[in-house]
Amino acid sequence: MLRLEKLVKTYRTGDQALKSVDMEVPKGQVLALIGPSGAGKSTLIRCINRLVEPSSGKVWLGDTELTHLGAGALRRERRRMGMIFQEYALVERLTVMENVLSGRLGYVGFWRSFARRFPQSDVDEAFRLLDRVGLLAMADKRADELSGGQRQRVGICRALIQNPALLLVDEPTASLDPKTSRQIMRLICELCAERGLAAIINIHDVALAQMFVSRVIGLRFGAIEFDGPPTALTPDVLTRIYGEEDWQATIQKVDDEDAPAEVVA
Amino acid sequence: MPVVENAAGNRVWMRRTTGQSMLRWFGWLLGVAVFVWCWNRISDSTTWFFVWDAPRIAGDILTRATPPRWSYIDELWLPIWDTLNIATLGTILALIMAVPVAFLAARNTTPSARFVRPIALLIIVSTRSINSLIWALLLIAIIGPGIFAGILAIAIRSIGFCAKLLYEAIEEIDHTQVEAISATGASRWQVMAYGIVPQILPAFAGISVFRWDINIRESTVLGLVGAGGIGLQLSGSLNTLAWPQVSLILIVILFAVIVSEWVSAKVRSAII
Repeated sequence: MLRLEKLVKTYRTGDQALKSVDMEVPKGQVLALIGPSGAGKSTLIRCINRLVEPSSGKVWLGDTELTHLGAGALRRERRRMGMIFQEYALVERLTVMENVLSGRLGYVGFWRSFARRFPQSDVDEAFRLLDRVGLLAMADKRADELSGGQRQRVGICRALIQNPALLLVDEPTASLDPKTSRQIMRLICELCAERGLAAIINIHDVALAQMFVSRVIGLRFGAIEFDGPPTALTPDVLTRIYGEEDWQATIQKVDDEDAPAEVVA
Repeated sequence: MPVVENAAGNRVWMRRTTGQSMLRWFGWLLGVAVFVWCWNRISDSTTWFFVWDAPRIAGDILTRATPPRWSYIDELWLPIWDTLNIATLGTILALIMAVPVAFLAARNTTPSARFVRPIALLIIVSTRSINSLIWALLLIAIIGPGIFAGILAIAIRSIGFCAKLLYEAIEEIDHTQVEAISATGASRWQVMAYGIVPQILPAFAGISVFRWDINIRESTVLGLVGAGGIGLQLSGSLNTLAWPQVSLILIVILFAVIVSEWVSAKVRSAII
């Protein structure tokens, strides 16, 4: 469904953020992208929807190659890729509803969107999604009145209303407390399962990733260092990705935390 | 190097080293010396007789100016209304022109940093650097005296001010919100309407009322050069030494400025 071929990104400063990354994500697969800060995780997912222009290589979304598209065609393809951000990236001064509906901008003309006259079907879908994430009552609140977890739910709705085939998720839990982090991760994974969406989730919290995803890719210095199921993340592998550290505690903690996780659910 | 070791081997911290302290002391000495020298020069070229005489003259004018000639107010209603209109229409016109200039000048929205941005910055600098009285003089020469020249003078003078503050606001927006809107597949104009405009709206409103407030003061003097408004009556009264009328005009201007301050304070607190 998504295929990256020899994707390279070299920033103008000379930093090589991605060194020839090859990877394939089948339909409906949720994968976690882990790795130290500066390993190129953010760059990788931004190269897919070209918020960052890749230097070379190819990105295939289905049968379409994205890196050579013109502005109009790129916009049409971006509609198929929902994105969720670390700091939620909601437009703070717009209402929750406006934020959710902004996910439909790619489908609606300028003047209609400017006048906020979205098709009724879009509005219905927005209400359905807000109901699904438990924020129906908040529809008319301004985005900056919400808590972090609520904002991220709105961010999820905005991505899903695009009706995407793929979710690009950049550190969804980095600004959230541990409990909310799990709820958000669970919500994302559930929604992906419901809709058969593929997702690439950048995440720092290895234990959290292991809990929810079926595949983990470890990135180090812009190259794939590990690709496998979460159970294969041994201290050895983590050392290869992150460098020397006592990993037994991290992995041990996963087992310990499993019990309270059930309670939260 | 403020941390030094003394003879006993203890580490001592001082704010400045001895050299730095000396340097600063000489700096202050030099400053005071220059001040005293300037004071002398100014004193030498001042005709002190006029200065000593000033309180008496001022007192004389004050007695002549009081009480204000209240009946003259009937002739001021129209000019003060004109003045308000010059300020308001001038500000609106300025904003209409300043918004595109600001978007062209802001580093993150300009279509070309090399060609378009310098032109936009030139517009900002050139309109800002010339006082509205001088703009009025120029425009009167071109389109003749009257309110229209005043409106244009205020508008042109305000473009640079509004565009500068607005483009700084545009440059300070949160880029991830813009990214998020672009990622949905929105067009360039939609990104502007959804990602940028909501973020700069409070700044825009604040700048507008602030400039309107300034423009009310500026438009009160435009009449001095014949560009309409209450300044015309002011210069007429000054030239005929009609002090009671001058004092009434000053009271009216003061009142208009207070009202505009009050309105802009209200608007600003309502937005922020």
